[in-house]
Amino acid sequence: MASALINVPARAKRGEIIEIKTLISHVMETGFRRTQLGAVIPRDIIRRFVCTYNGTEVFRAELHPAIAANPFIVFSTVAVESGTLVFSWTGDHGFSATETAAISVGGPEMAPHTPPRSEPSRETRDGPR
Amino acid sequence: MRRFGAALGAIAIAASAFAGEITPSDRRSGYEFMSRETRAMQDDDTANPGMLWVLEGGTLWEKKTGAAGRACADCHGDPRASMKGVAARYPAFDAAIGRPISLEQRINRCRIDRQQASALAYESRELLALTAFVARQSRGLPIDVTIDARTHPFLDAGRATFHRRQGQLNLACAQCHDDNWGRQLAGNVIPQAHPTGYPLYRLEWQSLGSLQRRLRNCLVGIRAEPYDYGANELVDLELYLMWRARGMTMDAPAVRP
Repeated sequence: MASALINVPARAKRGEIIEIKTLISHVMETGFRRTQLGAVIPRDIIRRFVCTYNGTEVFRAELHPAIAANPFIVFSTVAVESGTLVFSWTGDHGFSATETAAISVGGPEMAPHTPPRSEPSRETRDGPR
Repeated sequence: MRRFGAALGAIAIAASAFAGEITPSDRRSGYEFMSRETRAMQDDDTANPGMLWVLEGGTLWEKKTGAAGRACADCHGDPRASMKGVAARYPAFDAAIGRPISLEQRINRCRIDRQQASALAYESRELLALTAFVARQSRGLPIDVTIDARTHPFLDAGRATFHRRQGQLNLACAQCHDDNWGRQLAGNVIPQAHPTGYPLYRLEWQSLGSLQRRLRNCLVGIRAEPYDYGANELVDLELYLMWRARGMTMDAPAVRP
């Protein structure tokens, strides 16, 4: 049974950087271990984690055998609009799990500022947000 | 003369072992020996992997099972009320078998008697999930096992096990956890062995585990033959450890290194 815990702030201001925490139940069997009789225990890991925000991919990770059981992935993104974040994990033996979280973006209207989604210039990256 | 010396030695050892009991003001949960990072992991419910089992336990709580077709929730209702403080009182005396039983054994008794289902295996995912779910309802409450005329003999048995030298290394639990807590054993700090957070997620196990799993680990560590899961010796030892930690705050499901 796959179960996952997601922590996304329910509300955020537009342009705010939000932290997202995800934790999923998975054995992450490396494929390098053997049973007492010497038979290799087949690899069973999550290979890929993707997060989309209203359909746009905002984060992706590739997972490898050295990653501990029950992977805990924390990342951040910029709150641009109200909507849904979809998290999906896929892995060996057809493993697939999907979770969603809603976020409502509003609050004091900031200057029309769309946070850069790709290739931010050095000034934007280092400047205050 | 030699026999006299041996008897004196035995008395001296017994006296020193019992003199080493930790006074209530010096007691510290394993949490306090952990790094800042591991503490943060335990404190945040979305970072604490033990919560994955609690989540699963919540699903099992509602699920009808066994020939009786009953779920835990059908008898016990809202776990936040009915299970509050329950884990803090176990092991508890069971009149039917005339001795204390652990929380895991209580869950299995309920499954067999009320749900007419099969008992869950020790350390199985389902049993750990249900135990974690029940234990979670006691978070923040003080440990409060009942010691009375019925349970006292079992407390004494547990205390005797705690102070008995065992295994090829000829060590007693008390030698590490009463006499040398706070010092290093290889790279690790020796904690005081207060079972405040079981079942807990051990980073070394990469999984949740019961107090009995931990006790068996320790027994293997001193090169002793570990007692079987559910053995009376382990339940008595659990009872003694809970009594020894009486009044300390439950923090299940805890995270430990």
